Amino acid sequence: MMIHQYKLNGYNIVMDIHSGAIHVVDDIVYDIIEKLTPPLADNCPEELYALAYSKEDIDQAYAEVLELYKAEQLFTQDDYARFDKLMTVSPIKSMCLHIAHDCNLRCKYCFADTGSYQGGRSIMTAETGKKAIDFLIKHSYGRRNLEVDFFGGEPLLNFGAVKEIVEYARSKEKEHNKVFRFTLTTNGVLLDDEKIDYINKEMSNIVISCDGRPEVHDRMRPRVDGSGSYNSIMPKFKKLVEKRGDKEYYIRATFTKYNKDFTEDVLHFYNEGFEQISIEPVVTDPKHPYALTEEDLPEVFAEYDRLAAKLIEMRKNGEFFNFFHFMIDLDQGPCAIKRLRGCGCGNEYVAITPDGEVYPCHQFVGNPQWKMGDLDSMEVNLATKETFARSTVYGKDECRECWAKFYCSGGCNAANMQYRGNILKPFKLACDLEKKRVECAIMIQAALAE
Amino acid sequence: MKHIKTLNQANLKETAVKGGCGECQASCQSACKTSCTVANQKCEHKK
Ligand code: SF4
Ligand code: SF4
Ligand code: SF4
Repeated sequence: MMIHQYKLNGYNIVMDIHSGAIHVVDDIVYDIIEKLTPPLADNCPEELYALAYSKEDIDQAYAEVLELYKAEQLFTQDDYARFDKLMTVSPIKSMCLHIAHDCNLRCKYCFADTGSYQGGRSIMTAETGKKAIDFLIKHSYGRRNLEVDFFGGEPLLNFGAVKEIVEYARSKEKEHNKVFRFTLTTNGVLLDDEKIDYINKEMSNIVISCDGRPEVHDRMRPRVDGSGSYNSIMPKFKKLVEKRGDKEYYIRATFTKYNKDFTEDVLHFYNEGFEQISIEPVVTDPKHPYALTEEDLPEVFAEYDRLAAKLIEMRKNGEFFNFFHFMIDLDQGPCAIKRLRGCGCGNEYVAITPDGEVYPCHQFVGNPQWKMGDLDSMEVNLATKETFARSTVYGKDECRECWAKFYCSGGCNAANMQYRGNILKPFKLACDLEKKRVECAIMIQAALAE
Repeated sequence: MKHIKTLNQANLKETAVKGGCGECQASCQSACKTSCTVANQKCEHKK
């Protein structure tokens, strides 16, 4: 069994991890649950009467706790290990196409070494991209919904190939009974009307990169000549989103040590007319001056609290924005299997380089020891696939015992590799941030349920 | 209940038995890609 309880923004929250139940409780129940270890007796245990409440209140509160316990909504047993056999090698259904290993910006925190991925600058030919589509069709077996993400570097540097690849994939849908969903991530520099219309027609989701306030953005996302890029991209992003209608998009930012007050950047986006907002912490080597480290956590946590409070206040005023990391659907979320399986990197998901090499995911590209196949042979290394298939929540000792496991899904293998030398060892800084965001997200649900 | 308000119909175990078809979106957790964190993903069967 596993309980996580915490107090935030005036709410006492008790999470019963293995049933998924979330309870908002008063102080008595909060204190009682803290003292209990199952199995629970029908009668209130003597030691609870030591709590600073009347006997009557304690009896009543205990009765409610007991009722939930019997309904398997509290102190529920962990019996998920039996689903382990489902955590095996799966068809590939999702692919990241590195359409251009090149970029027209020089973002300081770029994990891809400003687009080149530690190799030379190069672009993917339409031929290679089409082969990648054939590869995905082949390796997806019976899976119907397939995802292709156009990634870079900057994919608009090679937009002709993007279009050819999309058309090719569409032409194969019927014959193979597949549905392709395309997504694209762009810095916006090369957007024009024609590209905007094409993207809005073909891409089921688009991620537009901007860091928020102009001075924050321009500091980290300069052009090659060092000048800022905010003024040229912002009008294009607005146009794209205006024309997009109901289709999904995210404006996404990276926050660093320089803007730990990122609530201001969220509000900047909101004021500029964006509703779907994502801001993520930079993950990078602590040697960089802009890196976030342990010592920044208290401030960053306080900022997440501030943002959560702001979101609640605005929602209650009828002002809507969606912050990606606070989105949570407590009833209709994914199944437990999906939650336990994790990101699917190297198993359900792969990345393809401009040269047609296959890697477990975009973050492993550039490390030749992780190469797991190529488009010439159209094959993937099964041993690598198996390694990643085992990298589930229950395959990682620390994750199995973590209260956030069903919300986090086991973190990022690539970050684990980079910072702890093992895909199965979670990177603590990322865990701390993830857990804080989950706590905020659930507190927001409690507040909005009032 | 007077002391406890439960926010959801907790049925994770049930979803474990019925789920796992693999048709939903992949869910990269990484900061470099806002594809999705898993908790806010949609199940393809509950539209
Ligand atoms: S589509 Fe639904 S049932 Fe299938 S794996 Fe995804 S969350 Fe689970
Ligand atoms: S927060 Fe960390 S330990 Fe917990 S499930 Fe996620 S990666 Fe694993
Ligand atoms: S290993 Fe990390 S970067 Fe790669 S797909 Fe998984 S979560 Fe995303």
